[in-house]
Amino acid sequence: MTIDRRTPAAIVGAATFGIGEAPGFTSMDLAARAALAALDEAGIGLSEVDGLFIGQPSDFLSGLTFAEYLGIRPKLTNNNRTGGSAFLTHMNVAALALAAGEIDVALIAYGSNQRTGTGGLVSAAAPNLYEKPYSLRLPVGGYALAASRHMHEFGTTRDHLYAVVKSARDWAMLNPEAFLRKPVTQEDYFNARMVSDPLSVLDCCLVTDGAAAVIMVRKDRVENREAAYLLGLGEATDHYQIAQMPDLTTSAAKFSGQRAFEQAGITPADVDVVELYDAFSINTIMFLEDLGFCKKGEGGDFVASGVIGPGGSLPVNTNGGGLACVHPGMYGLFTVVEAYRQLTGSAGERQVNGAEIAVAHGNGGFLSSQVTAVLGSTATR
Amino acid sequence: MTTIDAILPDQEFLAFLAQGKFMLQQSRSSGKPFFYPRVAEPGTGNTDLEWIEASGGGTVYAATIVRVRPPNADYGVVIVELDEGPRMLSRVEGVEPADVFIGMRLQAKIVPFEDQHAVVFVPAAGEKSGKVS
Repeated sequence: MTIDRRTPAAIVGAATFGIGEAPGFTSMDLAARAALAALDEAGIGLSEVDGLFIGQPSDFLSGLTFAEYLGIRPKLTNNNRTGGSAFLTHMNVAALALAAGEIDVALIAYGSNQRTGTGGLVSAAAPNLYEKPYSLRLPVGGYALAASRHMHEFGTTRDHLYAVVKSARDWAMLNPEAFLRKPVTQEDYFNARMVSDPLSVLDCCLVTDGAAAVIMVRKDRVENREAAYLLGLGEATDHYQIAQMPDLTTSAAKFSGQRAFEQAGITPADVDVVELYDAFSINTIMFLEDLGFCKKGEGGDFVASGVIGPGGSLPVNTNGGGLACVHPGMYGLFTVVEAYRQLTGSAGERQVNGAEIAVAHGNGGFLSSQVTAVLGSTATR
Repeated sequence: MTTIDAILPDQEFLAFLAQGKFMLQQSRSSGKPFFYPRVAEPGTGNTDLEWIEASGGGTVYAATIVRVRPPNADYGVVIVELDEGPRMLSRVEGVEPADVFIGMRLQAKIVPFEDQHAVVFVPAAGEKSGKVS
């Protein structure tokens, strides 16, 4: 396959730490452990990191905190916050800075102890004057409203949402790191407590601890080793509050995906494995449509056909996703780690054989920020 | 363009509500109403803004029921598409949350909220409660 690459960046190390419950660690401890594990895998020393990227749950200056914690003096520090997609925006800046020669080694990290440390979801979402009187439960309510509209326009059903939840669980059972390695039945699903109709507690992502980190370098530095090459990356945003979303059934992933695929010189048909930010079950359906893996409105039937599960023709969220593997508040970076593992053949029992092209897709806010990365294996180099 | 009529969008909006008026902004040059209030028209940056009174008519665009633990009662939250075009978050009063449906016609109503006011909706006159096919 011939690919015209915009960016010469490659991921040469990726790691997770503390997935599930990691009592006693602070969020920064977790991020640091993941960072050191990723550096170790990359064979790169901490002192070589000159581009530092992070976004912590409640530390709005976490770039500074992280540099201090690690004891390094990065040339470029960035803690851009776009919600859970932030870490893919960090990849974009890192790739550009690497290409420009501004930095040589980028470390992108995230850690959160929201399960054992704070006992609940940490959300940066603050209601404003025009939302507060109505007490929408956030973030779930935003996604519930989008799901209601998707159902209204396209006949999407809770059976379709169940197919997403089931697929995530099936994948999680193949992943020793996943937090929720337990099968789910249709009966479980339809008996689950409703949270914000049409979404039940089983349509919502987990609340876990966990950390992730990736190391990016220019591809000319990669020698005789497996890596994940950044072939294309697109960002898009079109609203923040859910009531301001231009069309509740189509997210800006339509635009981020188009840009990413165009840069990579591929189409969705070339993709072997897809890692999507599934904060809620409806996300998987919407993003598969918006990214062009199926037509708008057909996502429900697409997921129900079984193609996204183990053994299916388009494996989606092979680690179990935010629904069944890990969700410490912002899941975005975990999509990249799993894509890296699939492309480097290190995904164990859940390995998608011959995976050469992966999509990692981040979502932030209330379907507000969308960032799509196309990554390729050594075969695409 | 230097005219800025709406210097303090939130404060002016709330002051209108206190007078019993639900107001939207629009740019004189584009003539397209928008919500929520801002210092400039979204998309164009036009600052030739004026306040216009909303008709109060709207339609449910999306709906959810927020489930809460007893003894509190579940409640509905909706996105309303106003007849003038903009959408806003709100709730429908005077009807069970389960009887609110997408496409339901609504009429705006101003109610006290904390020490201010907020816009909610009631079913429009003649609108049936419950789902219609």
